[in-house]
Amino acid sequence: MLLSLENATVRFGGRAVLDAVDLAVAEHEVVCVLGPSGSGKSTLLRAVAGLQPLDAGRVSLDGRDQTGVPAHRRGVGLMFQDHQLFPQRDVGGNVAFGLRMHGTSKRQQADRVQELLDLVGLPGAARRAVAALSGGEQQRVALARALAPSPRLLMLDEPLGQLDRSLRERLVVELRELFSELGTTVLAVTHDQGEAFALADRVVVMRDGRIAQSGTPLEVWQRPADEFVARFLGFDNVVQATVAGQAADTPWGKLPVPDDTAEGTRTLLVRPAGVRLVAADQGLRCTVAARTFKGTHVAVHLQPEDAPRLEAACALRAAPEVGDEIGVEFEAADIVVLGAPLRVPR
Amino acid sequence: MVLPVAFFGVFFAYPVAAIVSRGLHVDGAWHLGRIWDVLIQPDIRHVLWFTTWQALASTALTLLVALPGAYVFARFEFPGKQILRAVVTVPFVLPTVVVGTAFLALVGRGGLLDEWWGVRLDTTVWAILLAHVFFNYAVVVRTVGGLWAQLDPRQEEAARMLGASRFTAWRQITLPALGPAVAAATLMVFLFTFTSFGVVQILGGPTFSTLEVEIYRQTSEIFDLSTAAVLTIVQFAAVCGILALHAWTVRRRETALRLVDASLTARRPRGAGQWALLAGVLAGIAVLLLLPLAVLVQRSLDAPGFAYYRALTSADGGAFLVPPIDAIGNSLSYAVVATAIAVLIGGLAAAALTRRDAGRFVRGFDALLMLPLGVSAVTVGFGFLIALDEPPLDLRASWILVPLAQALVGVPFVVRTMLPVLRAVDHRLREAAAVLGASPWRVWREVDLPMVRRALLIAAGFAFAVSLGEFGATVFIARPDNPTLPVAVAKLLGRAGQLNYGQAMALSTILMVVCAVALLVLERLRTDRTGEF
Repeated sequence: MLLSLENATVRFGGRAVLDAVDLAVAEHEVVCVLGPSGSGKSTLLRAVAGLQPLDAGRVSLDGRDQTGVPAHRRGVGLMFQDHQLFPQRDVGGNVAFGLRMHGTSKRQQADRVQELLDLVGLPGAARRAVAALSGGEQQRVALARALAPSPRLLMLDEPLGQLDRSLRERLVVELRELFSELGTTVLAVTHDQGEAFALADRVVVMRDGRIAQSGTPLEVWQRPADEFVARFLGFDNVVQATVAGQAADTPWGKLPVPDDTAEGTRTLLVRPAGVRLVAADQGLRCTVAARTFKGTHVAVHLQPEDAPRLEAACALRAAPEVGDEIGVEFEAADIVVLGAPLRVPR
Repeated sequence: MVLPVAFFGVFFAYPVAAIVSRGLHVDGAWHLGRIWDVLIQPDIRHVLWFTTWQALASTALTLLVALPGAYVFARFEFPGKQILRAVVTVPFVLPTVVVGTAFLALVGRGGLLDEWWGVRLDTTVWAILLAHVFFNYAVVVRTVGGLWAQLDPRQEEAARMLGASRFTAWRQITLPALGPAVAAATLMVFLFTFTSFGVVQILGGPTFSTLEVEIYRQTSEIFDLSTAAVLTIVQFAAVCGILALHAWTVRRRETALRLVDASLTARRPRGAGQWALLAGVLAGIAVLLLLPLAVLVQRSLDAPGFAYYRALTSADGGAFLVPPIDAIGNSLSYAVVATAIAVLIGGLAAAALTRRDAGRFVRGFDALLMLPLGVSAVTVGFGFLIALDEPPLDLRASWILVPLAQALVGVPFVVRTMLPVLRAVDHRLREAAAVLGASPWRVWREVDLPMVRRALLIAAGFAFAVSLGEFGATVFIARPDNPTLPVAVAKLLGRAGQLNYGQAMALSTILMVVCAVALLVLERLRTDRTGEF
């Protein structure tokens, strides 16, 4: 493993910001840590970088324990959340900084700066002032600067956080292509699931300093480990259920569950696509409370008589109006039994 | 805008012009050669040389001692930091006379070091240098430390991630960012030490004399007004040069730096090295800043039954026509009047300077306002003496002369405190208020005033402390029957006898307590945006 954390723990005044985290990243792997703000994901990066000492556990790179190795000798790169470009240096000076620190010759520096600026799509920008760059350009310069000394591990802290949506979506594709082309090992953190799923080979969801789930984007999306992960991914149809045989008893009525589900109290997730709208006299009777246009579909918020709200996804043409009375049926394929014990719903 | 300009015209430009003409305009003709004649006198050359090198040495020493302090205050979190930050600022507002007296009590004849080890420094230049460090420590900690605390530590971390060692990251990233602030602080300290009067007057003895002291001596002891005038012109030119350089560095400081909230950048020291640094800085503060003040207080009590304090209430000592204790009342009432004038003039000037349509002329006025601060109090006092004692402006006999001079020295502090705050009021707030239906007057009352009120109080406090401790100008123009506290202290020190010495210590202690209390109250009001001092 290129990077491995064992039992990594960081406490800020008694509170564990990083709580016994175990994590491994293989060479050429792109891992994205996903979590809400305050979940400890930035601290995780800082601990790996050597900017934040661990209170317990250890960080190893290439199998070597990094305890006591100062940040500048770890050979990892970190792209900061707001880039932290050096305002008193121009673009070329920023990109060349790491090369200078490693004693690269002037000539090689110039070649490498040019090569990297070409790579990130800013050819000939070396003499420009940092303050004159747009947000997207700053992001590219920060990337070029981080890549310049060829770090064995590149870490990105909210790499696209402050950019507007369309730029973000374009850059995430560029980053993905760039990393697979260069074979860079990447550990990124973000609070944006779209960014994480688009960028990563593997997604690690964090909560309160602990790892809640780890898996490929598809695994995490299809089978959230618990209610927290499900809700963080934007699923709101989460409910407590009593499973008996192939059916689960919920406030929304009897729902079908897979054959092998263990009996007893479980938490169920119903994906919006699995909420089928039918005529008012069939299934669960609901009132349409709101509808929001999502581009590819319409999200319809349904209020059953005495049960939690439901979200359904349906085609624009089939979408009912607010105030309509309709019936609801459930698709077995879109019902997921979550692994963790039940928590009180929000 | 009219009022500040008129004020400076009459009470600053006119007296300075009077000095120039007194020095160079003899028998109806201009004699620029006079400057040369005076400058080639060996004793004057000696004064010039000493003034310059002691200022350089004081500045270097101050930076050496205070830069680690600036770092500690900017980056470390430790218990009692807020109070300590206020405490190190106390010396800056202390009257120079008190500083001189305190160091006399520490290193002078019969001082603490003399008693313990038989060491006396008052005949050496070290006493002056140490007193200058004491006085200017806060200037460096405030100017450099204030910016340092707002520099984003992640800039250094970014450099570290690119392979720079801790020291390299500091040298490559932090130092260039701090450079202009260090330069500005250096120039300020150089300016203050170059024009040092009270400290040198008390600690310098007959051997050491700065330009400022020499001007005073030429005026009040030798009565050679034209030599004094020439020296004033020389000093004026030097100060203008330093201030121009300072204005230039301050402008450079405003280049795009990544500034963050200062409260987010400090943390507890980590590792033995950082704890040792913190301990070293704290020990330095204790020895250099607190010990002299403690010794001063101890000396003032060094007679049974508060004898020195009781002696202050009688005129029998013979130093004055009135009991020295009266000086307290004089000082306080002068300071109140001077504060009112300074806040009015300074406030108007600051408001005019913040106007968005302020032109070139107004912005130039900004730098001019700093002049009285550096042009040295002695110049102001001397100027008042020769310019305002005859028609059309005969104020020689009027009590208002003292507060006017003190206000002149206080105005730059008011402007410097108010300007950043006024400039920081987001113009869109005023627009928002206007859109919601507020008239311009209401906008000022509802938006500007609440944000500026604290700064106004702080400015007033600074002006008050400065007026209270003002010595150089006051010593020229205060009348013998109405001495102020610093003048009384200096006079007592100038006389022989244990009782006079003790009374000087007692009066200095009172003055120190008043100034320190004023400052500590201000410190509670201060936000970190207010002002450059």
